[in-house]
Amino acid sequence: MTSALSIRNLHKVYDSGFVALKGLDLEVQPGDFFALLGPNGAGKSTMIGVICSLVKKTSGDVSVFGTDIDKDFSLAKKDIGVVPQEFNFNQFEKVFDIVRTQGGYFGLPSQLAEQRAEKYLKKLGLWGKRNQSSRTLSGGMKRRLMIARALVHEPKLLILDEPTAGVDIEIRRSMWQFLKEINASGTTIILTTHYLEEAESLCRNVAIIDRGLIVQNTSTKALLRQLSKEVFILDTQEALTELPHMEGYQGQLIDSHSFEVEVEKHQSINALFASLSEYGVHVTSMRNKTNRLEELFISLVEQNNTDTTAQRSPEGKQ
Amino acid sequence: MNPQEQWVAFSTILVKEIRRFTRIWLQTLLPPAITIVLYFVIFGTLIGPRIGEISGFSFIEFVVPGLIMMSVITNSYSNVVSSFYGTKFQRSVEELLVSPVPSYIILLGYVIGGVCRGLMVGLIVTLLSLFFTDLQVSNIPVTVAIVFLTAVLFAMAGFINAVFANSFDDISIIPTFVLTPLTYLGGVFYSVNMLPEFWQGVIKANPVLYMVNAFRYGLLGITDINVAWAFCMVIGFCVALFTFSLYLLDRGGKLRS
Repeated sequence: MTSALSIRNLHKVYDSGFVALKGLDLEVQPGDFFALLGPNGAGKSTMIGVICSLVKKTSGDVSVFGTDIDKDFSLAKKDIGVVPQEFNFNQFEKVFDIVRTQGGYFGLPSQLAEQRAEKYLKKLGLWGKRNQSSRTLSGGMKRRLMIARALVHEPKLLILDEPTAGVDIEIRRSMWQFLKEINASGTTIILTTHYLEEAESLCRNVAIIDRGLIVQNTSTKALLRQLSKEVFILDTQEALTELPHMEGYQGQLIDSHSFEVEVEKHQSINALFASLSEYGVHVTSMRNKTNRLEELFISLVEQNNTDTTAQRSPEGKQ
Repeated sequence: MNPQEQWVAFSTILVKEIRRFTRIWLQTLLPPAITIVLYFVIFGTLIGPRIGEISGFSFIEFVVPGLIMMSVITNSYSNVVSSFYGTKFQRSVEELLVSPVPSYIILLGYVIGGVCRGLMVGLIVTLLSLFFTDLQVSNIPVTVAIVFLTAVLFAMAGFINAVFANSFDDISIIPTFVLTPLTYLGGVFYSVNMLPEFWQGVIKANPVLYMVNAFRYGLLGITDINVAWAFCMVIGFCVALFTFSLYLLDRGGKLRS
């Protein structure tokens, strides 16, 4: 099956000498909802820039649905919709005109471009603002406007670079729902985000990029299975004066009605509850202390940093 | 993109450009009209009669072609430089760069947009000049061709300026320090024969002189230079600037990092 996106040995060295991508390889299958995670400066936006022609690659191959961008970039671009990290529309133009004009750039006849603009502005809750100048929109609305603009030519691959940054929780959830619908209708989605909860709840597959290289590329579930331990916070009905006895578990008291406990991969939560019940502790609620993917992300990036430092040291060179 | 899609993309850019300068007509169409009327009043009605005839024409008749051409040059240039730099400044140029529109369509869209403004201002100035003098057209094909090619040439020059500009200062430096002197010294207000012999040679290095004189030839039938040579030069410049503009769009580091 032809990949939605295929990247082979992608290098990018900027004129300043900064090496942003160091031989990056990535495959995204059609229909996937794919997360690209990485710290700031890891190379995510550079990679997206290369795919949509805003950044010139130094070397390597990129194909979109089988079309090599070096051979027919125009054809490849028809399949791509991109939502950048920064607002990049004319602040003085009307909302409707921005979306309709983008349709024109993709060769859509004006009537079709207007129909599509109406369809996506309605879906994203911006139809009521269609005649307003884009600069009058709130931050969340501007992000949704960029999504509508990216969808006007109905691309097969939608790339979103931190689409929910600075968006309130309610709007973020509604955007998630919209993206799920778009993905369910067959659009492949690649998402970069700093909200790891977002990646965990939306994406089937995840790649972690750090210092211009993919350090992990697997399914979200497989990645989460790599967690060696999880930390849970448990709230109790009764006031606690000390940490309840839990045979084989490490933990600490947080306050009079809650404590945290570490559960290793080989340990059972059932056994933990059995132990607590035995000592008469009634648990009213339980939650993860931090997002699971976040813990894993931090450990993988830290591991990569350690490896890089070791390679740079004299011992590493030997 | 197939030809039909390319046409849609081109007309989208062009319509957007025309809407832009007609929406802000108080900044784009009215000021040159007022400026030119002042020229007509001062040089035509007040000072002109004291100067006498040049090459058999009254002074106002002689300067009208030059003033029309000056309006076309400055407006076709400034339309593209301000519009394209604006899209760069707001990063909305990325809308075009991520789309499948070929570079030459992007360039043509902006350039023809600039030409439309240049010609529209040229037409306004021509109509205003009729209040001050009778206008004749000696050679229609030469008149139309030279005014169109000049507008194309300066629209492309404006595009290149916009690509290289890093600030709003950069888009006013060339018009102020290059374009205006070249235009004023390009034979708008005088005949080359009025200059000392040495300066007649120097002034012939100014490309605007050829455009103004070719246009004057089209209207009045008089010229200080060879009109065929003027056309060759303008076409040569157009080809060179078109090629360079395409290079900047495709490979230049100013638009794509």
